[in-house]
Amino acid sequence: MSKLADRIEAAKAEGRAALIGYLPVGYPDVDSSIEAMVAMVEAGADAIEIGVPYSDPGIDGPVIQEAVDVAVRAGVGMPDVLRAVEAVSAAGAAAVVMSYWNPIERYGVERFATDLAAAGGAGAITPDLIPDEAREWIAASDREGLDRVFLVAPSSTDARLRSTADASRGFVYVASTMGVTGARDTVSDAAQTLVARTREARPDIALCVGLGVSNGAQAAELAAFADGVIVGSAYVREMLEGRGADGVRALTEDLAAGVRRAGVRA
Amino acid sequence: MTTTSPPQPGELSLPARPGWPDATGHFGIFGGRFVPEALIAALDELTEAYEAMRVDPEFLAEFARLQRDYTGRPSPVTEVPKFAEHCGGVRVLLKREDLNHTGSHKINNVLGQALLTKRIGKTRVIAETGAGQHGVATATAAALMGLSCTVYMGEEDTRRQALNVARMRLLGAEVIPVTTGSRTLKDAINEAFRDWVTNVDSTNYVFGTVAGPHPFPAMVRDFQRVIGDEARGQVLEREGRLPDAVLACVGGGSNAIGIFTAFVPDDGVRLIGLEAGGDGVDTPRHAATITGGTPGVLHGARSYLLQDDNGQTIESHSISAGLDYPGVGPEHSYLHDIGRAEYRPITDAEAMEAFALLCRTEGIIPAIESAHALAGAMKLGRELASRGQGGEAPLLLVNLSGRGDKDVETASRWFGLGDREQVDPGPGMDTDQQPTEGAVSNDEAVAGRDAGAAL
Repeated sequence: MSKLADRIEAAKAEGRAALIGYLPVGYPDVDSSIEAMVAMVEAGADAIEIGVPYSDPGIDGPVIQEAVDVAVRAGVGMPDVLRAVEAVSAAGAAAVVMSYWNPIERYGVERFATDLAAAGGAGAITPDLIPDEAREWIAASDREGLDRVFLVAPSSTDARLRSTADASRGFVYVASTMGVTGARDTVSDAAQTLVARTREARPDIALCVGLGVSNGAQAAELAAFADGVIVGSAYVREMLEGRGADGVRALTEDLAAGVRRAGVRA
Repeated sequence: MTTTSPPQPGELSLPARPGWPDATGHFGIFGGRFVPEALIAALDELTEAYEAMRVDPEFLAEFARLQRDYTGRPSPVTEVPKFAEHCGGVRVLLKREDLNHTGSHKINNVLGQALLTKRIGKTRVIAETGAGQHGVATATAAALMGLSCTVYMGEEDTRRQALNVARMRLLGAEVIPVTTGSRTLKDAINEAFRDWVTNVDSTNYVFGTVAGPHPFPAMVRDFQRVIGDEARGQVLEREGRLPDAVLACVGGGSNAIGIFTAFVPDDGVRLIGLEAGGDGVDTPRHAATITGGTPGVLHGARSYLLQDDNGQTIESHSISAGLDYPGVGPEHSYLHDIGRAEYRPITDAEAMEAFALLCRTEGIIPAIESAHALAGAMKLGRELASRGQGGEAPLLLVNLSGRGDKDVETASRWFGLGDREQVDPGPGMDTDQQPTEGAVSNDEAVAGRDAGAAL
């Protein structure tokens, strides 16, 4: 079983792609960030990527860095993240933790899996953990029935697309552009190519596309070929510019309409 | 006891490599690859090209030629008896990496990686730098080999090391001051990784130390081990014996691995890494990673690091920009855990005392980084003396990894030499520096007058 796969399957049954939104815990403070995540759920997001603040976010662009830096300095840590997981789950969406590896390793891999499952979490996305280094996490997530989402990139070989998808559960995160996180005006053609390549390598796992999506039109474009659309920096910008839960709600409505606009999927 | 025979001049020998890391870059539990998938293809490409290159006679001949004719290798070994008088009566030999072209050991690695860049057909190199020595070395190799070069340097470090910023720009490199996080080396590495993941098709990351994801720790070690291979032969030749201890400063740890590697099989030789103790390891202001840290993951590898309970990297502090790093190369963590090497902290004050002493007793201005190793020799020498060993005086080999020209401003401030307001900034540090013709345009240079202002 997989909470994320179930969600994405349910969206597919409605003839649409799933909408997955990201926010880091702790910007501008823990309560406000959780309130914004709940607003995303109420406005139609299927799953929330709950970001663990980290001091050295190697593949994040300036928008996410700015927000996360505030949370790191405020001492936000895994207990706050688990509180967000509970709130998002209670609001009715799948809660998936997004974390660089060191905060999880420091918390303890076993302990993280146990506590995440107890909080109702679906699993975790680990952007700097490749399956080759993930033995302990694979065992712990198997034990707790948690999803584990690994990333594929345009530079991945076919063999790595297959092995990474094989190691994943819930969905595979298709990092559509080479580069750091951040909203882009155009969503690269590379996304469609990479989705097609990954699907060929492993046809039976959901593929969700992230990196660069900021509005409903782009979401619709991706929803035409992906199982889910992941939006991060655009949400963080709403928070950085002070629009808080209301801004997040309005953006979610636009994006949720976008993932439905693609029409009946092939 | 097994031994590694030092390479003879002109001989293209392949000295034995340590039995680590494994094929996927692990030194015991340390090392590995903790990077986004987007970089794996580039790391695989580098690994494969490097494995082919390191046994390619044509490359080895070219590398040896550059080391001899361009860097000036082999670097000499100098005995420093007047300095040693302050070391409890031991004898002290310095391996003079400060005499290399560009002023430090960093050139050894950079020439190898620049040749590798050309071999894989990339036209641009990026690098991180702390003290600026690796940045200068990379800019130098890029100029020599016709590669475009961008160097990331923490804004804090561009102030402390303004001279090296000017040197890099003179050499045609673009220097980008990094304003995120603690604005030092760790943040420069983050920015360099972000550049690399975005421009990996055209760009090779010339990593400056024995840290980072596989293959960097092993590859940089292989390029730096010439230090110890030479020194071991030089000491044997002049003394007819091995040193009792080999000492080197450790930030990321490339000069230390460079001089340690040849001696690792020599069980009787103590290997001692000196970490930056800053204000003291009992204060929060230090960079003594192995002494004061715990295992974790930073910058692509598992190793000791300074971190808090949430796994956030703790900002390090050292008077030496080159040692001001909260991580350390995974091989050092391994050598520590298996008990083959010892790691000790040296405070800013101890390092500066040794710095001044070498200047005045021997006429050699060391890099402040290397002064940590000298201070380690002073401490160890006094310890050995207090144990009252009879017979032959113990022999210490210290890696003088770099020269101190870049540190004159910092040292002047530390020792209160001269009125800074009346000091002429001098060549290369003028306040209205213009871009060199042909150089990539940059942000404003940091004026020499402001150098070190944040210290």
